[in-house]
Amino acid sequence: MSVVPTSIRDRGSYLWFLVPGGLLLLAVILVPFGMNIGISFTEWSGAGEPEWVGPDNYVRLMSDSTFWASFRHNVGLVVAMAVLPTLAGLVIAATLFDFVGKHFGSRHAAVLRACVYLPQVLPIAVAGIVWSWILAPQDGALNEVLRAVGLDSLAQNWLGDPDLALWSVMGVMLWIQVGYPVVIFMAGMQRVDPALHEAAELDGASWWGRFWHVTVPQIRPEVFVVLLTCTIAALKVFAPIYVLTRGGPGGSTNVPSYYSFQNFFEKTQVGYGAAIATVLTVLILVLTTVFLRMQNRGDHR
Amino acid sequence: MKRHAVLWSMIVLAVVMLVPFFLVALNAVKTPEEYSTGGPLDLPGGVSLDGVIAFWERVDFGEKLLNSVVISGSVAVLAVVVSVFNAYALGIGRVKGRLWILVVFLIANTLPQEALVYPLYFLANQVGLYDTKLAVIIIFTVIQAAFGTYLLTSTLGGFPRELLEAARIDGANKWQTLVRIVVPISKPTLGVLFVFFFIWTWNEFFLPLVLLISNENQTVPVALGVLQGQRMMDATMTSASALLGIIPAIVFFLIFQRALTRGITAGAVK
Repeated sequence: MSVVPTSIRDRGSYLWFLVPGGLLLLAVILVPFGMNIGISFTEWSGAGEPEWVGPDNYVRLMSDSTFWASFRHNVGLVVAMAVLPTLAGLVIAATLFDFVGKHFGSRHAAVLRACVYLPQVLPIAVAGIVWSWILAPQDGALNEVLRAVGLDSLAQNWLGDPDLALWSVMGVMLWIQVGYPVVIFMAGMQRVDPALHEAAELDGASWWGRFWHVTVPQIRPEVFVVLLTCTIAALKVFAPIYVLTRGGPGGSTNVPSYYSFQNFFEKTQVGYGAAIATVLTVLILVLTTVFLRMQNRGDHR
Repeated sequence: MKRHAVLWSMIVLAVVMLVPFFLVALNAVKTPEEYSTGGPLDLPGGVSLDGVIAFWERVDFGEKLLNSVVISGSVAVLAVVVSVFNAYALGIGRVKGRLWILVVFLIANTLPQEALVYPLYFLANQVGLYDTKLAVIIIFTVIQAAFGTYLLTSTLGGFPRELLEAARIDGANKWQTLVRIVVPISKPTLGVLFVFFFIWTWNEFFLPLVLLISNENQTVPVALGVLQGQRMMDATMTSASALLGIIPAIVFFLIFQRALTRGITAGAVK
């Protein structure tokens, strides 16, 4: 017994605690993920034996205009779910924290923050139901409002017009998403040393100057986290598309996530769906790595 | 003057954010006749719960609520337990290769569910768990615990070593140390994780949609989403369904607001 150093004995027994979690991870995530990659090299309807076809599915993807269009739509969603919420979130958070909080009391700021955050607590599917009803062409609330104020010409078939549908979905996603950066940035701003603001004020910096040169650089870690998590969320978007448009009209709001779902369960082209999902995964992992690298570099400077 | 202009612009923003909720509540208590004559903006003549009741009975909403509570509650408890075990080995036990193990958990947390859905669907069929709540509970336990492991490992990494040492000297084995020392002291963090896992699982849509096809197993978001997709509801019933989807979310929000605000902050600093 005494020959074995205690530290090694210790480590050995700690390993037992990893067994249940490790087995579960293996069965539910690692093995299925490996299977998905395997399936992506086959042609398979979901029944019978998959037929090995090598990289055919990936070759086909390259010239599939629906696939490329779905990624272009995804870029729009990244703008609506990551870029715009981050920019708006910075301004709203700084206004609430610096301005409303200081001049009118932090209770007011907290109430306003809660209002902006509220859409975030809804299941996205439910938010989609709310908006598909508001945006309905005939008796939807938005068109009724426009007609009520005499702007009849602006009333549109928001989700049914191929030129408009993606913009409408982007608007809905902005509404859902903006509360998240506001809450995170306001939490980060509590960390900023007030002395920095006072020094900048003494130097004659305007509110905007302080915002850009003091607040934003100080909460950079939060900005990184928000951009990363929101971009990944935008790439994975499924529920709002399913509920609002089903990828339509005419594929104008199709996204990779929904396109792979269609291939899996509607067209029973399982191999092709798996290839789409694999490409999406690679994209997300690359983005995550790049973001984390940039963040680390930023920290070291 | 300028100060008030800024305050008012923020109030206008808050109101704009709340308008959809207000519209849903307003129209959920209308009769279909009121809606077809007055449209979505007129005030209702009185509070009519017909739409809400009709929707409740049509989808057996009580059953959907119960399904969601059972699934989300089980996942939250199990995922916290699994996260604690993992983080105990990684954060306190510092087992060999913990950095790489953590990277695997982080990747597991980032993987899109699209890349898992078909194999999970296939495997669930093979082992006879397709269309059961148990399948969804197991899968989300793992997905949530991947995040929980990541977060909790960094928390437990800073656990006071003196306490562990003291427990060891008192003759406690690793299991006793975990249950009597680590878990009680980490309770606030575990509480936040529980709340997060519960709400995240409640809101999940994609995998439950694929795995729970029969009505009696569906969760609230899946039942609502499927019905909406079929475009079979009139306007008042749609808003009634939306209202029933919103109410639990707002109840959670009010109950857990404190824990949530703290937890979001904890997540951001990771």
